Amino acid sequence: MYKILEAEKLANNIYRMVVEAPRVARRCLPGQFIIAKADEKGERIPLTICDYDREAGTITIVFMPIGVSTMKFAALKAGDCFQDFVGPLGQPSDLCREEALDEIRGKKILFVAGGVGTAPVYPQVKWLHEHGITADAIIGAKTKDLVILEDQFREVCNLYVTTDDGSYGRSGMVTKVIEDLVDKEGKTYDHCVAIGPMIMMKFCCLTTKKYGIPTVVSMNPIMVDGTGMCGACRILVGGEVKFACVDGPEFDGHLVDFDGAMKRQTLYKTEEGRRLLAYQEGETHHGGCGNCGGDS
Amino acid sequence: MADNMTKVPVREQDAKVRAANFDEVCLGYNMEEAVKEAQRCLHCKNAKCIEGCPVNINIPGFIQEVKGGNIEKAYQVISESSALPAICGRVCPQESQCEGKCIRGIKGESVSIGKLERFVADWARENGIRPTPAGFSNGHKVAVIGSGPAGLTCAGDLAKKGYDVTIFEALHEPGGVLVYGIPEFRLPKLDVVAKEVENVKSLGVKIETNVIIGKSVTIDELLEEEGFEAVFIGSGAGLPMFMGIPGETAKGVFSANEFLTRNNLMKAFRDDYDTPIVHGRKVAVIGGGNVAMDAARTALRLGAEVHIVYRRSEAELPARVEEVHHAKEEGVIFDLLTNPTEILTDENDNVTGMKLVRMELGEPDASGRRRPVVIPGSEYEIAVDTVIMSLGTSPNPLISSTTEGLEVNRRKCIVASEENGQTSKKAVFAGGDAVTGAATVILAMGAGKAGAKGIDEYLSNC
Repeated sequence: MYKILEAEKLANNIYRMVVEAPRVARRCLPGQFIIAKADEKGERIPLTICDYDREAGTITIVFMPIGVSTMKFAALKAGDCFQDFVGPLGQPSDLCREEALDEIRGKKILFVAGGVGTAPVYPQVKWLHEHGITADAIIGAKTKDLVILEDQFREVCNLYVTTDDGSYGRSGMVTKVIEDLVDKEGKTYDHCVAIGPMIMMKFCCLTTKKYGIPTVVSMNPIMVDGTGMCGACRILVGGEVKFACVDGPEFDGHLVDFDGAMKRQTLYKTEEGRRLLAYQEGETHHGGCGNCGGDS
Repeated sequence: MADNMTKVPVREQDAKVRAANFDEVCLGYNMEEAVKEAQRCLHCKNAKCIEGCPVNINIPGFIQEVKGGNIEKAYQVISESSALPAICGRVCPQESQCEGKCIRGIKGESVSIGKLERFVADWARENGIRPTPAGFSNGHKVAVIGSGPAGLTCAGDLAKKGYDVTIFEALHEPGGVLVYGIPEFRLPKLDVVAKEVENVKSLGVKIETNVIIGKSVTIDELLEEEGFEAVFIGSGAGLPMFMGIPGETAKGVFSANEFLTRNNLMKAFRDDYDTPIVHGRKVAVIGGGNVAMDAARTALRLGAEVHIVYRRSEAELPARVEEVHHAKEEGVIFDLLTNPTEILTDENDNVTGMKLVRMELGEPDASGRRRPVVIPGSEYEIAVDTVIMSLGTSPNPLISSTTEGLEVNRRKCIVASEENGQTSKKAVFAGGDAVTGAATVILAMGAGKAGAKGIDEYLSNC
């Protein structure tokens, strides 16, 4: 069992938890992910690591409940436990390697974070800052209430915040901020890391490609075991089949087949919707509505 | 004794009934049937069946005890060689091992050794009989990676010798392929697998789940920092293989590993578990091995019309005869001598069908089987909504890539001695699918046994 030490709501429908997992905390690096499972009957859910404390032996995760499993997560409180919590999985970010520090130091780096994807960007920005590198970062959110981790980011990078509806910071999509920074504000970048919803990463990559900025994205496809056994997380990168769990989760964004990946993402939508209804309606759910097929 | 030439038939769930449930197909012998079958054993002095068993169970020895109705004694005889008899009795390919060598089988049918082993193990479990722990400690700490058949066997054997053994398992439940791979209807998880894992634990073996060696901790750290004096790697097979044909990333194409893991480990077939699975209407399973049969029979139970698509003929099917027989009885359709060339999809990337070609058998290839050759102009299409690829696996690089000095071969399998499991790295032993590539439960157990022997010799001479 893996004890939850802190649990808080960061914004409407975005949750942050600090979980006791000493084996993961000892070895993890920015860019890697964990798999958590709430209880006996739960699903294995992959989540990118958002922070870690090696001494305290803890891992921070941030997530947005969208299905039954993540809703079960959201219902957990400090003092409760995840039944299973395993990692670190996947490859660490290429930027956060001690041995490559000299090379990275000379680079101008831009991070682009979208929505709940802001959280996994944080450990990378923080790691670079701890190693004497201050990057630029853009946080994009739909609206003011959904901007998360702003203070933490301000401490470790040059931050630009934008909201789609203009309710806070700059106004418009992250792609517009990239364009403004490069075209109007005289910025140049050698490297970009974009993490967020698939559609946002796709358009970020189209924008950075225009400027010739190499861009890394973090993929979070459907996964079961997360150790390279099931092959569910396969995506096409440069026409080649890659497994996000062992080859990734970070890939060259200019080579990822986002359209294919987005279609695969919808695979279990019907089934998940059905289970979600059953979960939300609890005992009152009898499948008589003719929409979900019921429980039998 | 009316008929000594044939096996006492074993009771099974009716094919029509079982095709719609996940309960065990084979119901096993009762005492009367077991004793009767045991009487067919000739008790050969030079028992060939023992040679045919990868863990060399004293088969005539335990059958002798069954004959006398002394099942506890029979269990002790088996336990000298095997920690997992209820599992082996169910999933070993007996026809090519012990039963394949049985003298009784020269004329008529061999003794039903597998079913007798299963009976003994089930009886012992139902009567609360457990293997006896060593009762002493020799002070040596050994780490075992993976809690599948190789790991459990290795750990059990070492614990019996007084070793302090910890198994590290990457998944949330111990059992490896016994839990994620082989379906409930062939190998019940709660009543059989969990109980045999408990038996291994009752010998003093500790199991730590959710630890991925190579990621959570490395082998070097286990040896240098965590105080383990030797390590056995039984991490199993790895990444699923695909065909490399167009359409393979479409929605509705799964590896057999994914499909079976969802159903078996995550229990997606049950409504009270959260993991989803796609219930196909018409499913094609590509491949002809035991895993393909398991995937096909699982899809069938989830309500689909299921086709096995295999490029050679029935004689070359690598699956156990019993599995093929059961699959056919349940209604799985065999499309033999056919091979897919493309998976067809709609505009949303959902699978809608497959293009296939018909094959014929040519000259024997390196494996000795006749090579399938495409019949020119034979291309045709079928409509399916789900395709399950069951083409084998290639080794997982997590351990080999993070362990310095661990030699792998051309196929990326760990190089280890067949006799004692020794790898190229000091204090590190290995066995099972991680070494051989995908094989059987019992071969992995044999390798686990050899590894335990190797580790015992190594640590005794330290």
